[in-house]
Amino acid sequence: MPRLAVTALAALAVLASSAPLAAQDTTAVRIGIRYDPSQRPGVLVLPIAGVVGDSLRIIIQRDLDYGDRVVVITPDAALAATLAAGGSINYPLLAKLGASRVVQGTMTPRGLHVALHDVAKAQVTDVAEFPLPIAQNTRDWRAAVHGVSDQVEAWISGTQGIARTRVAFIRGSVVRMIDSDGEDDQAIPMLGEAMSPAWSPSGAQLLYTTFGVNSRVVLHDLTTGRARAFGQASNTTNLTATFSPDGSSIVWAAAGENGSDLFLMPVSLDAPARRITVGRGTDNVQPTFSPDGRRLAFMSSRAGHPEIYIMDADGTNTDLLTVSDFGDQNYRSSPEWSPDDRQVAFQSRISGKFQVLVIGLRDRTSKLLTSDGENKDPSWSPDGRHLVFTSNRSGTSQLWILDTETGRTRQLTHTAGSRLASWSPRLKP
Amino acid sequence: MIVNRRATAFALLALSVGVLDACHKKPKVAPAPVTVATTDTMGERRRLDSLEAARRMADENARRRAVDDSLRRANEATSASAALRAALTAVVYFEYDQDVLNGDAKAALDAKLPILIANPGLSIRITGHTDERGADEYNVALGQKRASAVKRYLAERGIAESRLETVSMGEERPANAGHDEASWSQNRRAEFEITAGANLVLKARQ
Repeated sequence: MPRLAVTALAALAVLASSAPLAAQDTTAVRIGIRYDPSQRPGVLVLPIAGVVGDSLRIIIQRDLDYGDRVVVITPDAALAATLAAGGSINYPLLAKLGASRVVQGTMTPRGLHVALHDVAKAQVTDVAEFPLPIAQNTRDWRAAVHGVSDQVEAWISGTQGIARTRVAFIRGSVVRMIDSDGEDDQAIPMLGEAMSPAWSPSGAQLLYTTFGVNSRVVLHDLTTGRARAFGQASNTTNLTATFSPDGSSIVWAAAGENGSDLFLMPVSLDAPARRITVGRGTDNVQPTFSPDGRRLAFMSSRAGHPEIYIMDADGTNTDLLTVSDFGDQNYRSSPEWSPDDRQVAFQSRISGKFQVLVIGLRDRTSKLLTSDGENKDPSWSPDGRHLVFTSNRSGTSQLWILDTETGRTRQLTHTAGSRLASWSPRLKP
Repeated sequence: MIVNRRATAFALLALSVGVLDACHKKPKVAPAPVTVATTDTMGERRRLDSLEAARRMADENARRRAVDDSLRRANEATSASAALRAALTAVVYFEYDQDVLNGDAKAALDAKLPILIANPGLSIRITGHTDERGADEYNVALGQKRASAVKRYLAERGIAESRLETVSMGEERPANAGHDEASWSQNRRAEFEITAGANLVLKARQ
């Protein structure tokens, strides 16, 4: 009886949280399979034979779970062993366990062969063989396994997963990267004290800025390890660099004797920087491009306090995006344009603490996404559904991930002082 | 080892005895004729000796005074220089999310002006800081604005811009690690560092 009550409450909570989302969806055009977050398909990953079978299965189960598009069903080992006994899939039993899809993996000399079963149709719907590096549990091997998970998620939901991504962030003034599942927290070689890492659209380069003496914009090539720097000038602090979506140029803020303005530089660094805002002594920082590269959102103090504006990429047609309709919240910053072009995530101070919100680009209405502790500096996942942000809810500054559709959160980092996250694009093999 | 040490001690003893013996032997030379000083010459000698002693004493006193004076002047100059250095590097504070210089800030900067004017070999770095409350990235811009406001104030009063470097550390280097207004008010600041002429004994224009 108590269990039933809990289930009913949970169902109510899901309904309550999905109602406004459904309303939002009606104003948007979505391509692909229409997906209802309150009815996620049950997916069961069968045991995989072989020495790395257990590791593979654990990673794929976790990736599918973190993707938030399916419910991963994990039977105990004895039961799991009976599901495909003698090579035949026990569809009726799988249906009883709540699985509508079943992932069957088989090790091959080249890697992993995966078959996706539709339990209701009692048949295989998708197959593919994924090459895996021979050395297990290396960075490349884990990345390849995440690639398997992302393809399985595409088969099931119509949207490729985001397991094969990394989050760049700052800890102790050093740029670091961590895998989407929280593995492999590593630093990159640094020039100076860094802030604001940002990914190139290809995922092969990272931008960051250094502060203090000799402030620069640094373009770090992750493949070669080489770094190029620009923007160094006396009495100038460079900050918040970002790539244009086509990867051809860099927009960043240079703060000097007369406030800060946004500048544009070709990524080849072979032309002079061009100023694109006219701040007249105010601060204009934190640029973020629309997915088509034609518009920019940024934070400006031109009205006397930090507020988010939108303008054309050439600096014309500037327009206030955030409207002061939250009483005393006189501070909005850190905009991040969503990859689906529907909304901008940002932070606003509410009752003395920053919280993460989204504002619709069409209806200009804001929605509060966080309330636990202080939450700031959001960055979108490439599927436009998840946000990584800085939160002190655990008592220290850590990165957390929020599924904006279900409200589910998970902690990404576990070392204090992690902040200023930037989610990578889907990374190539 | 013990034997050697005893042998050495014995040899040293023998040597010293020999030296003492040599001293006791009187020289076999004729005594020099004794010059008998008259009362007058003895008096003159005493007078000259006395004058000489007085002159030496005066010289010695003068030397001591000179040394003392020099030390005192050096100490005074050093302490004056230290006081000027303290005034030059005195921190300037700001209001929340502001780069406007208030009365206290202007007074602190006015105290730096005569030192900067009297010591043209001096260059300083002005570093802007913020409290932890704003956005981390925006705070770097705000820190730069605070440093620039300070520089502008000094430059408008005649200090060459080339002697005034501005830098921002945003909220990254709090002076006080606390999380209340008392701490934040100490963190919204501009700090001063001598980047050229650090070895100068500082003067202030009167």
